[in-house]
Amino acid sequence: MSAEPIIIPPVAEPVPQKKKKTSNSTLSRVLKYSGVRLVILFFTVVVGIYLTVLIANMGGYVDTIRRAEIRENVNAGHRGDRSFQLLPQAERDRIQAEEISILEEELGLNKPFMVRSFGYVINALSLNLGYAERMNSDSGSRQVRLIILERLPATLVLFATADLILFFSAIFIALFLSRRYGSILDKVIIGLAPVSTAPGWFFGIFLILIFAALLGILPFGGMVDAPPPSNAFLYALSLAKHLILPVLSMSVAHVALNAYNWRTFFLIYSSEDYVEMAKAKGLSSRDVERRYILRPTLPTILTSFSLLIIGLWTGAPIFETVFNWPGLGRATFQAIGLYDTPVIVGTTIIFAYLLAITVFLLEFAYALVDPRVKVGGEGSKA
Amino acid sequence: MKLRNTLREFTRYPTALAGVVIILLLIGVSIYTMIALPYKEAVLLWRGGVGVWDENPKLVPPAWINYFNKIRVPETIVLNSADGTATKTVISSSGDIGETDILFTFDYPYEGFPQDVLIYFTATYAIKQPHAALTWITPDGREILAGSFSVAPTQTFYASQDERLQRKLNTDLPQEGLFLDPNAPVDAPVAVEGTYKLLVQVFTFESDASVDAKMVIVGKVYGLAGTDHQRRDLMIALLWGTPLALAFGLLAALGTTFTTMVISALGAWFGGWVDGIIQRITEVNMVLPFLSILIMVGTFYSRSLWLMLGVTILLSIFGGTIKTYRAIFLQVKESPYIEAARAYGASNGRIIVQYLVPRIVPLLIPALVTLIPTYVFLEASLAVLGLGDPVMPTWGKIINDAQQNGALYQGLYYWILEPAILLMITGLAFSMVGFAMDRIFNPRLRSL
Repeated sequence: MSAEPIIIPPVAEPVPQKKKKTSNSTLSRVLKYSGVRLVILFFTVVVGIYLTVLIANMGGYVDTIRRAEIRENVNAGHRGDRSFQLLPQAERDRIQAEEISILEEELGLNKPFMVRSFGYVINALSLNLGYAERMNSDSGSRQVRLIILERLPATLVLFATADLILFFSAIFIALFLSRRYGSILDKVIIGLAPVSTAPGWFFGIFLILIFAALLGILPFGGMVDAPPPSNAFLYALSLAKHLILPVLSMSVAHVALNAYNWRTFFLIYSSEDYVEMAKAKGLSSRDVERRYILRPTLPTILTSFSLLIIGLWTGAPIFETVFNWPGLGRATFQAIGLYDTPVIVGTTIIFAYLLAITVFLLEFAYALVDPRVKVGGEGSKA
Repeated sequence: MKLRNTLREFTRYPTALAGVVIILLLIGVSIYTMIALPYKEAVLLWRGGVGVWDENPKLVPPAWINYFNKIRVPETIVLNSADGTATKTVISSSGDIGETDILFTFDYPYEGFPQDVLIYFTATYAIKQPHAALTWITPDGREILAGSFSVAPTQTFYASQDERLQRKLNTDLPQEGLFLDPNAPVDAPVAVEGTYKLLVQVFTFESDASVDAKMVIVGKVYGLAGTDHQRRDLMIALLWGTPLALAFGLLAALGTTFTTMVISALGAWFGGWVDGIIQRITEVNMVLPFLSILIMVGTFYSRSLWLMLGVTILLSIFGGTIKTYRAIFLQVKESPYIEAARAYGASNGRIIVQYLVPRIVPLLIPALVTLIPTYVFLEASLAVLGLGDPVMPTWGKIINDAQQNGALYQGLYYWILEPAILLMITGLAFSMVGFAMDRIFNPRLRSL
């Protein structure tokens, strides 16, 4: 969903350093790097969530809904109360106003928004996301946290599978193409790269049309057959069957462009002198590829891949809606339809978390593969 | 001279040329649409309501589908005694009692059946209702008494819902029974082709009473694009979707790219805390779920396309590209000619606008063109989520309607395919041009 511009290939500067065999300090460096990144990321998430809260409550909109809800509840509470109805009008108004102000105070609505917004952020950070207005969790609870936690595994299964398949297939294709630079297949992938401007859900519609509607060999959507198989093996099989189309459509949408970009990275690095040197030494092409081309390219590839994953995450609401996948994104879509404010805000916050975790995991992987982090400094020691 | 070289190089990419042709066609369609069907009119038509689309068939594919099908199905046929497309003869007899004969004659060269047969009556009288008798005459000469009833000032006869006709023809679908070839096998019913006649005899019981009738054979195909669940002509949204998609894509891409460029130039030039803040904002922006925030804005505030456009630009400014541009600006910043500019005392603004920014234009323009389809698809995504602009007919809203009404399950493929193919063509055209431009403008980076 997010903007996916052409990624400009890096200027080949980081020359792999001969790693010193000081695994202990390498580990500590990686840990220290990751630790620092974790702290920075935490503050980033706090700011991100604060912004989310601000946008959600811009112009006091959410407060207005809350106030109206309290008023409605108080009115409804007195509707069946005969003795209350018999009181004079002024007395009734006074009692209702009092009850409303007590409830508003309880929710903190009487404090200025700036004060309350920090409370909201702390609530959001501790996943205390409040109660849904219309949606229920499968267990019948109204807690937004439960609604979200129930749907989270489905989303994680779908996107983890898709991300892994995308990563490895794109790397495999990119390596293959860099070996056969200029071949027909290479030209085909270059020709297909513009296709990646269309998002995954868009190809999903076509794939559903072909494989579900016309051929009838794969399901239209959903995560497992209904009723779900009780046997674990059959369950996994059914899940796999339902995963095929979503994963395939994400792959169709993204493999070509990424394979094309990464192949360009590989080509840039494989024209380096040290690669020629390695070839001249008579190393097998497999070794050359793995040690001298793949390794220095990996950090760049990881950066490009992290942008891709973030794009995939943000597209989750629509992607899951098209495939009827019972995950977090579809919960967002349902919440839009039901106008369920707390769930919309809650899912947004969880997506912010998921993005931050993704960024952290990729940075950890980056620290593992980037020699500059391992040896410390900008490769000054060698 | 340089421009001519660029153009010549451009012709070496057939895909890019195809892209340019498609883009020009799309612009042509947009201009035609804006002139032929003014925006306000399109919005009103798309909103529909009573009387706007009543005569249209519901959920039928475009008319050209007949070229591919074995069994041809009819288009809508409208005949009206008021505008002379049906013959109306007034036979005055003695006193107040009169007879008006309205004869509808039409050719029916199709094997398939229509969706419905409607007859709209408009009658003027004081007290005594006129009485109508319908005689249906098939091409093979059979006469069917299709109905006989009193006529109110405005009255409509629906063949599909007429129980007496249902019993008479002994079928659940009387509108098909009227056309059915009695010799056709039961499992493969076909309609009799030829000239049908419908004679409407109206007996009036007042001297100045008059009656007009309009017959509509509701077809099973419609126009160039077909109709949706509200009987609307999809062509309206397909046509108007073009300028809206182009405008949204172009404005969003322009807004994002240029702001990003200026901000990254500022960061790279001033460095220090300015750069720091920009970097931090970029990192925060990375964990903000883009689509979810757009969803919140759409749900809580307004679904107007232009508000969405603004929020999209705001959220995309600090995207991944800002880092790429910054890296390039940092390199350029150290070049000797910038030092020279500093030495002669050029102001910061002058250096940024005149010396830094132009260096990135060759990268910027291809990126901009490639970004356009991303935003075209974003608009469609929002519409599919039900957050499309409430009044504007766009491609995404057709897909949304189709999804909501289970078009794929019901086999109404045209409904989804038409907007989807238009989206695909638009997206491909821009990205093919963008990719080619990238290779032409940045031969050093893309020679591989």
